Amino acid sequence: MTTQTSSKAQGLSGFVQDWSADKEAFQVPWGKAMMWIFLLSDTFVFGCFLIGYMVVRISAVDPWPPATDVFALTIAGQSIPLVLIAIMTFILITSSGTMAMAVNYGYRKNRHKAAWLMLLTAFLGLTFVGMQAFEWTKLIEDGVRPWENPWGAAQFGAVFFMVTGFHGLHVSIGVIYLTIVAIKVLRGHYEKKGYEIVEITGLYWHFVDLVWVFIFAFFYLW
Amino acid sequence: MSTSTSEGQQHPISLYLKVWVLLFILSALSYMVDYIQLEGLLRWSLILIFMFLKAGLIIAIFMHMMWERMALICAILIPPLCLLVFTALMVAESEYTLFTRFSFFS
Repeated sequence: MTTQTSSKAQGLSGFVQDWSADKEAFQVPWGKAMMWIFLLSDTFVFGCFLIGYMVVRISAVDPWPPATDVFALTIAGQSIPLVLIAIMTFILITSSGTMAMAVNYGYRKNRHKAAWLMLLTAFLGLTFVGMQAFEWTKLIEDGVRPWENPWGAAQFGAVFFMVTGFHGLHVSIGVIYLTIVAIKVLRGHYEKKGYEIVEITGLYWHFVDLVWVFIFAFFYLW
Repeated sequence: MSTSTSEGQQHPISLYLKVWVLLFILSALSYMVDYIQLEGLLRWSLILIFMFLKAGLIIAIFMHMMWERMALICAILIPPLCLLVFTALMVAESEYTLFTRFSFFS
C-alpha cells in the first residue's frame, strides 16, 4: 500500500538504521518532530488529569453524580441524556475530518482549498467551545462548584472544571493557531517553503480530538 | 495507492471520508451504550473498545502514524505506556485511601 521513494529500510531494520546512522534519527521536518514531542508531553498532562480523576472517584466516600442525568437536556419536553455532549463529539470529529482534507489540499499546493478548510475547522472548533460555555453556565446555575454539587461526591465539580476546562483551553488555542496559519496559507507565505505547516497544525488539532475521545469515554460515559 | 515521500503525506481524500464515517458510527455506538443504559462489565468493556478503536483510527490515519518510520512511531507511542503503570499504582493507592476513610471516618 505504501511506497517509499527512497530505498530506505522499513520497519525494525529501518528503526536500527535511523538510530545508528550518526545523523538525525527522525526523518521528518524538524517542526513535525517537535510537534510530536510536544504532543507526547501533553499526553502526560492529560494522562495525569485522568488518573487524578480516577483516584478521587475511586476513593470518594459519597456516590459519584450520574453523568447521564447531570448532562441531560430537556428538548421538547423530553429529557435526553448526554445530548449536548454527543453533538459536541460529532462536531469535533467533523472538524478532524475537514482538517485531514486541509492537509491533503495543502500538499497538493491547492492553497485556497486548504486555507478555507482550515477556517471551517476553526469555525467548528469555535462552535465546540461555545457549546462548552453553555454547558458550564448550565452546571454553574445548577449549583456545581469545584467544592460542592447537589448530587453527591464533592470532588465531581473540581474534576469537571479542571478536565473540561483544560481541554477547552486547548481547543481555543487550536482555533487561534488554525486561524493564523490559515491566513498565512491564504496569503501564500508557504509557496516556497512547502505546506508541512498545515500537517503540523493538523497534528495538534487531531490531538485535541483524541483527548476528547478519552474524556468522553471516562468522564461522561463511565 | 498512497505514497509518503519527502514532500509529505499524500493519501486519497476518499480514505479520510471513510475514516470519518467510521468515527461517526463508533461515536454513535458509544453514545448508544449510555442511551440504552447498559450496566456493569458489558458497559465498561464496550466503552473501552469503542474508545480504543476511535483513538487508533485518529492516530493511525488522521495523524498519519501508520505511514511514519518506525523510529518516530516507537519514540511517540511507547512512552505513554508508562501511564498504564502509573494507573495501576494509583488504583492500589486510591483503594487503600477508601479503605482508611471507611475505617476511621465513618
